[in-house]
Amino acid sequence: MSDWQPSASLDALAARASLLQQLRAFFAARAVLEVETPQISFATVTDPAIDALCIAGASPQEPQRFLQTSPEYAMKRLIAAGAGDIYQVARAFRQGESGRRHNPEFSLLEWYRLGWNHAALMREVADLVGEVLDRTGWQVWPYAALFQRVLGVDPLNDEVDEAQLAALAASHVGNVPDGLDGDGLLDLLMSHCIEPTLRDAGIVFVTDFPPSQSALSRLISVQGRAVAARFECYVDGIEVANGYWEQSDADALRARFAADNAVRRQRGLVERVPDERLLAAQDSGLPDCAGVALGVDRLLALQLGADSLSEVISFDWSRA
Amino acid sequence: MPNFSTNEFKPGLKVMLDGEPCSILENEFVKPGKGQAFNRVKLRNLKTGRVWERTFKSGDSLEGADVMDVDLEYSYTDGEFWYFMDPSTYEQYSADRDAVGDTGKWLKEQERYEITLYNGSPLAVTPPNFIELEITETDPGLKGDTAQGGSKPATLSTGAVVRVPLFITEGESIRVDTRTGEYVSRASKS
Repeated sequence: MSDWQPSASLDALAARASLLQQLRAFFAARAVLEVETPQISFATVTDPAIDALCIAGASPQEPQRFLQTSPEYAMKRLIAAGAGDIYQVARAFRQGESGRRHNPEFSLLEWYRLGWNHAALMREVADLVGEVLDRTGWQVWPYAALFQRVLGVDPLNDEVDEAQLAALAASHVGNVPDGLDGDGLLDLLMSHCIEPTLRDAGIVFVTDFPPSQSALSRLISVQGRAVAARFECYVDGIEVANGYWEQSDADALRARFAADNAVRRQRGLVERVPDERLLAAQDSGLPDCAGVALGVDRLLALQLGADSLSEVISFDWSRA
Repeated sequence: MPNFSTNEFKPGLKVMLDGEPCSILENEFVKPGKGQAFNRVKLRNLKTGRVWERTFKSGDSLEGADVMDVDLEYSYTDGEFWYFMDPSTYEQYSADRDAVGDTGKWLKEQERYEITLYNGSPLAVTPPNFIELEITETDPGLKGDTAQGGSKPATLSTGAVVRVPLFITEGESIRVDTRTGEYVSRASKS
């Protein structure tokens, strides 16, 4: 049996240690406070595209708990409690996400800036990623403009309907899996057609997402159209970070959770009870802030030119 | 047969796709940021050998294919079918021309072949990587030839034609790499 050995080289693990020091120095210099929050919690995310790992209670009377899929909710509770600018390097867990660029257990760097919007936070992400990867220069592409450039279609145009997206997917992707809704088709085009064009583009922020893909970001109006104040940061076509100008309205968040659960019902997935502690924290008032989660393993893989996350994780999923 | 979900897709897994038995070659998990996850899968159609690329929603599943690989001994052909035998049970299997395919030119009696069975019938026949065969026809070697010299065609007992060094003569047995169809060496003395 040889799989007792690490999947990463010892050099890669030394580089990981250096990277963690560099990240902590970055935030220390900017007076952002490091925090720790529980990895295991009563509630989890409603997002239909994320499958949390559950832990059964010790007895039938004890409720099940969930391994966090990101430290977002607990960190927002800290912010609502007055913690100010905070960051955390945390382990996150997502069932079934396994591949060259995914490991079901992974490291997230998540941070929040009070009084900032997503545009300001993008600049800080660019500073951090540029410093770690020793790169300068970055681009910002609105989601619609990117689709327009690569596929010649503006998906935010009201006249573009699901049938047109399906036809577009059929002509560019070939076989299209059954049962994709409008967002599913956009995700297919994004992963199969758009992302490959970002491979040679260095650091790219995609922003102004369709409102249906707002997740926990607020909606804003850009040139008269509603878009989500959300961004994804790509480096050489690899997605490394997802950020929001956070939705601070608790009722909008409740509506988002209910909509997620409706999608879960429709797809035959188990529904998730909304995190009442998060909602209570937001009811009490979440300061205006922007937040972002960055994949530390992917950043390290980019720094080392590693082709697979298993090369930068001590024991990958198959050896854990 | 059981169903397999995309997260169980591993190279070598045999599944049914569009009614055809396939073997999975590659499975790549892709997920655009926060959205729908997909698996981009490469499969070999075991009937045609053709490679298919398909995208599945993560969590979709395919029915397993009743496909297994067995080692069988080649017995004979009647021109329509090629007969193979399980040396431990003496059970006989008949493979048709499609199943035998290009392997026909490497079929030697009493040699073992890997037979892919689909629903119990031979679907494909794979030769061993190296096989020793007798030369039935080749031009005599020319004077002054050395091991570094050129090569010439030689017909083997199975009908295959391979290039051999000039010093090899008719009636000799040689070792051939069936993957490339190339001469390797003179056969080991038995």
